[in-house]
Amino acid sequence: MTDITISNGIPVTDYPRDALVKKRYRAERRFKFYGIAAIILTALFLSVVLLDVLFKGLPAFSEYRVDLKVTADQAALDPQNTRDPVTLLAGNYDKIIRDALAAQFPDVSTRAERRALNGLLSSGASDDFRRMISGNPSLIGQEVTVPVLLSDDADQFLKGYQTSEIVLEGTGTLSQTLNGETYSLRSTGDDFAKAFQEMQGFLFERLEKLTTESARLEKLIPGLDANAASSLQSQIDAIKAEAQTLNARITDANVAIELDEKLPSLLVNVNGGTIKASQISPSGIDGVKLITPASAEAAAPGSWSMLTLVTPESNRRVQDQAAIWLTKMKSEGLVERAFATRFFTSGDSREPELAGIRGALTGTLWTLAVTLLLCLPLGVGAAIYLEEFAPKNRVTEIIEININNLAAVPSIVFGLLGLAMFLNFFDLPRSAPLVGGLVLALLVMPTIIIASRAALRSVPPSIKEAALGVGASHQQAIFHHVLPLAMPGIMTGTIIGMAHALGETAPLLMIGMVAFIVDIPGGITDASTVLPVQIYLWSDLPEVAFQAKTAAAILVLLVFLFVMNAAAIMLRRRFERRW
Amino acid sequence: MNMLSEVDVEKKLHNSSNQPAIKMKGENVSVFYGAKQALFEVSLDIREKEVTALIGPSGCGKSTFLRCLNRMNDTISICKITGNITLDERDIYDPKIDVVQLRARIGMVFQKPNPFPKSIFENVAYGPRIHGLVKSKSHLDEIVEKSLQRAGLFAEVKDRLHESGTGLSGGQQQRLCIARAIAVSPEVILMDEPCSALDPIATAKVEELIDELRQNYTIVIVTHSMQQAARVSQRTAMFHLGNIVEVGDTEMMFTSPTEKRTQDYITGRFG
Repeated sequence: MTDITISNGIPVTDYPRDALVKKRYRAERRFKFYGIAAIILTALFLSVVLLDVLFKGLPAFSEYRVDLKVTADQAALDPQNTRDPVTLLAGNYDKIIRDALAAQFPDVSTRAERRALNGLLSSGASDDFRRMISGNPSLIGQEVTVPVLLSDDADQFLKGYQTSEIVLEGTGTLSQTLNGETYSLRSTGDDFAKAFQEMQGFLFERLEKLTTESARLEKLIPGLDANAASSLQSQIDAIKAEAQTLNARITDANVAIELDEKLPSLLVNVNGGTIKASQISPSGIDGVKLITPASAEAAAPGSWSMLTLVTPESNRRVQDQAAIWLTKMKSEGLVERAFATRFFTSGDSREPELAGIRGALTGTLWTLAVTLLLCLPLGVGAAIYLEEFAPKNRVTEIIEININNLAAVPSIVFGLLGLAMFLNFFDLPRSAPLVGGLVLALLVMPTIIIASRAALRSVPPSIKEAALGVGASHQQAIFHHVLPLAMPGIMTGTIIGMAHALGETAPLLMIGMVAFIVDIPGGITDASTVLPVQIYLWSDLPEVAFQAKTAAAILVLLVFLFVMNAAAIMLRRRFERRW
Repeated sequence: MNMLSEVDVEKKLHNSSNQPAIKMKGENVSVFYGAKQALFEVSLDIREKEVTALIGPSGCGKSTFLRCLNRMNDTISICKITGNITLDERDIYDPKIDVVQLRARIGMVFQKPNPFPKSIFENVAYGPRIHGLVKSKSHLDEIVEKSLQRAGLFAEVKDRLHESGTGLSGGQQQRLCIARAIAVSPEVILMDEPCSALDPIATAKVEELIDELRQNYTIVIVTHSMQQAARVSQRTAMFHLGNIVEVGDTEMMFTSPTEKRTQDYITGRFG
């Protein structure tokens, strides 16, 4: 096949040309396939990330509030009747709101219960009320409806993140007998038999978990020294003992199951009250009241229901009592879900429901403003000088090499430089956008210089020659003709640089922008943080609600980026149209 | 050459008998690009209100010489020039001479049409504006119109003065570049192969224009086309390997060259 034949004097192989061409097309198809596969894979990863962030972040844009009817009591808010704004701000708004909430639940009497009830509200619950009254003092003495912010735990419960719920309508007639504190509920239907089976299922599940856990731990023992082995052995024994008692509880199908806090909670809503089951048998439940039923009469089928909170009480932050209060308020339409403008209008907070990104956003804007103001003129100026005016000698060569090197320096090094230079030597304020902007400017400058030089170089030299030919000076030729033509490229470079700066975290940690700052910065010397650092800070916090806040902040950062890029494209288009 | 009609010959004979004044003069001009020497002690007189054609094979230094005449080579840092070039008997490489003023007096048209990516109006108006030759808006309008008229372009573009100059055809672009050059009212116009990127019809128009411009301007044109040199120029300088082989009246050069190399080149035997 690969014999050499002499055709027209040129020695070529006699390999069939058709096969060669086919082979070439195959290779091209393969390459095309690789390309498409790479793009699909990238798109897949990207959409997974985006969707994940979106699903996690979207709940943070809404918040649950209770609409409470309160009387803006003059004695509590403005005892001297001065209508002085300062006095109004100091009024006791909390008490009015707490009293209004307690009025919803006449059952609540003990201090512990009241504390639990108040725990449903955010610690900043009265802020909206305070703002409402101090903004409009004429409301004092009137009855007003106030939206009261719920705590993060209550919010999470209502959003369905604490536990899944199973609601079953009662099918039989429910009778209740009160024996001391204990309510005994019996149904004429098989409601409780079903619920009993379900509970047995949960117990089996737990038993299985315990068995696998003890088996797993037993495997670890051979590799341990005597001390650790004995402590682990005692742990295993405890698990086995628990499994054994569980086993005993399950074996007999007719023995009542004790419902402890490690099992799902079974709650029965009847006659406007709620009974929490502490023991279940196929025939019925015994339990204590969470909300006292209005009457002891038997309830008809369909008028009562069973609510199962699947996550055991010990594994969730909202206890059964609180959960029932919230469920009741929700069913009465007192609780509303609304857009959380707070997220955009308030600064950081230790309370997830009160935390917002305005501080970080403002900090970012100040920082980027400082960066841009420094970088753009300096970077473009340097690029023009190096590209058009600088003599080509050893010194400019070294400068060029160093600019390229600077672009590759890890950002944390710039952070350390900023710490040593701007903070320690020049004594500039810590955590300030001024210093952050300076550090980011160092970081972004090489990118802008390199991009600007490339843009300047890409302008055809004939344009410069044409300008020189009609008698323009070198500077005029550059500023009138070359620079405007290079502008779109320079803008792109600048935008890429600014986007880089927008997402930068490490150097800002070094100069103290990682502090917990509640106030919204009013200038470039105020302490502040920036969006990516805020994301970093929130992602570290233990409260579950902060996970959603983190994702939401990421979304805002992404939107910020999209807006920047869109602005860049629009600007470029305009420049290009003018030319 | 049969290109020259009898009328042309007559006209040229008449002109040469007038002996026009010398506008520019190059004496012993040598140009070095770094270590490489591109021109070797070239001397050439350029007569006023005549077209001087520089011909020769590629790389012979004719463009280099042309670019010395308005100090365009200054922009190349490794380029060194020795010798004398004068404009109206003043040395143009004298440090006291302002290069910007010089280039306003010696306009240039390049090989490839290179209008600014701006409107037709702006293209022409740019030169007068930066030199402060404009008194008012209407004055500027007049300058632009006159320049375009002189470049023979006004009739074609008068309705779209504010459209981009890059939207014109190649020939129109080149005439726009000529209009741009004459808008600052130069005394000399240098043309570096102005027709090499144009089709024959556009070439004919530009050549016609060059012939008209000769009434008012001194023109130096570099060309690869012998026919073009014969058609438009009164004097021709033949370059070869960085030297001037022969200078003379065009009809003399094309009919009875004294040098063998010139004869070989214009008859197409080398180059």
